[in-house]
Amino acid sequence: MLTVEAITSAYGRINVLHEVWLEVKAGEIVALVGSNGAGKTTLLRTLSGVQPARSGRIVFEGEAIERLEPHQRVVRGISQSPEGRQVFGPLSVEDNLRLGAYRRQDAGMRARLDHVFALFPVLAEKRRIAAMSLSGGQQQMLAIGRALMAAPKLLLLDEPSLGLAPLLVDQILAAVRALRAEGITVLLVEQNASAALAIADRGYVLETGRVVMEGTGAALLDDPKVRTAYLGL
Amino acid sequence: MSEFLQLVFSGLTVGAIYALIALGFTLIYNASDVINFAQGDFVMIGGMATVFLMSAGLALPVAAFIAVVASVGVGLLLHRLAIEPARGASPVTLIMITIGASIFIKGVAQIVFDKQFHSLPAFSGDTPIPVGGATLLPQSLWVLGTTLGLVVALYLFLEHTLSGKALLATAANRLAARLVGINVTLILAMAFGLSAAIGALAGVVATPITLTRYDIGTLFALKGFAAAMLGGMGNPVGAVVGGLLIGLLETFGAGYVSSTYKDAVAFLMILFVLFFLPRGLFGGRSVERV
Repeated sequence: MLTVEAITSAYGRINVLHEVWLEVKAGEIVALVGSNGAGKTTLLRTLSGVQPARSGRIVFEGEAIERLEPHQRVVRGISQSPEGRQVFGPLSVEDNLRLGAYRRQDAGMRARLDHVFALFPVLAEKRRIAAMSLSGGQQQMLAIGRALMAAPKLLLLDEPSLGLAPLLVDQILAAVRALRAEGITVLLVEQNASAALAIADRGYVLETGRVVMEGTGAALLDDPKVRTAYLGL
Repeated sequence: MSEFLQLVFSGLTVGAIYALIALGFTLIYNASDVINFAQGDFVMIGGMATVFLMSAGLALPVAAFIAVVASVGVGLLLHRLAIEPARGASPVTLIMITIGASIFIKGVAQIVFDKQFHSLPAFSGDTPIPVGGATLLPQSLWVLGTTLGLVVALYLFLEHTLSGKALLATAANRLAARLVGINVTLILAMAFGLSAAIGALAGVVATPITLTRYDIGTLFALKGFAAAMLGGMGNPVGAVVGGLLIGLLETFGAGYVSSTYKDAVAFLMILFVLFFLPRGLFGGRSVERV
């Protein structure tokens, strides 16, 4: 579904991604793990088009998209829940969700809204409340819900568990699995490597802007190098 | 008492004009962090174009409509030719660009129009309406009514249309706006077009009272800026309240102290805000949950 070929990206003159290669097949949950500053967020931003790629190709469903504007990528079915939630603070929960469907104002929007409310019932309770007054966990649900409103084929999730209580982390990851069951492909970036690899079909380990390891989620979880470097075991 | 009421009427009238200019600042500032100092020139274009189109024989509504459309065109060109090519530059650079654009617009206006003061006939005659011992000019009602109408229209647009919500979303979080697929360049162009339309309409209704000339934009921009600062930069309600307050303070200053220092009031307010109220009356999004 998604093939990333030798993507390089930079902030100013500093290269953050050095020829990253990776693949996501339809229906998979793929985890991208690595320490702080490894380039995970930059890679997702490059995929969404909010961070320019310096070189390389991004092929989505057979089409090269690395030169497309972010909104054109949303239309093609790539949607992102960014790191740090990034909700529209002063706007209501429902407005945040409706804006998620900005590029898909179709008859299905009502159904998707109900679906997000079914997935995260607390959002339905707080639909009229300004997003900035939600708790961190609720904002995270809102960010994921907003990304789902675009009816994505590929959902990019950046650090959905960051700063959340363990119970909420489980709830969010359960939601991710439920989404895959509905046919949404997920690329998941996580510092919480054990949780991410546990639900992932496959995973990539990113280190200073390069993919240094790849394998099935289970294989990476058992890998001694991964265990010492990222799982603290 | 009647003198007081008289000053309130004139204060609210000029204040309403400042409020519209401040609203223009607010729209563009929210969408882009740019303070557009060419905002006052939209007021000039609205007034001057209406004057010249009417003297060419057009009826007032037609002339005003064309003037507003022309101003929107200038606003869109300003965005396309001056702001968009500098995308990614710091807000300070962009603000300097708008100052340059403002000087350029004045230069062109000198050539297209002329260097004289012009006025428009009052829309509904000059017979003052007596109210409680003071008098109210019919044109003041036009100014206040137009301001009220535009504020309501802008509110409805922002709160009840998808494009309006997209503008608010872009103001709240530009990265997230891009990620949900909002074309922020288009939103910014829309903000410039809307601000130009609001400014031009303010110019049309204000010209019978304030007169107009190619260079009146500077003072209008500074007063509108003071109003937007006083209200809290970026807050539409603050812009309106700030505009009315600056108008009232200015008129009371002129009426009770000295009209020589009328224009100084706005600048004193800027200093006051900078010293004591850096966020303005309605500003202050300082608390944010992480």
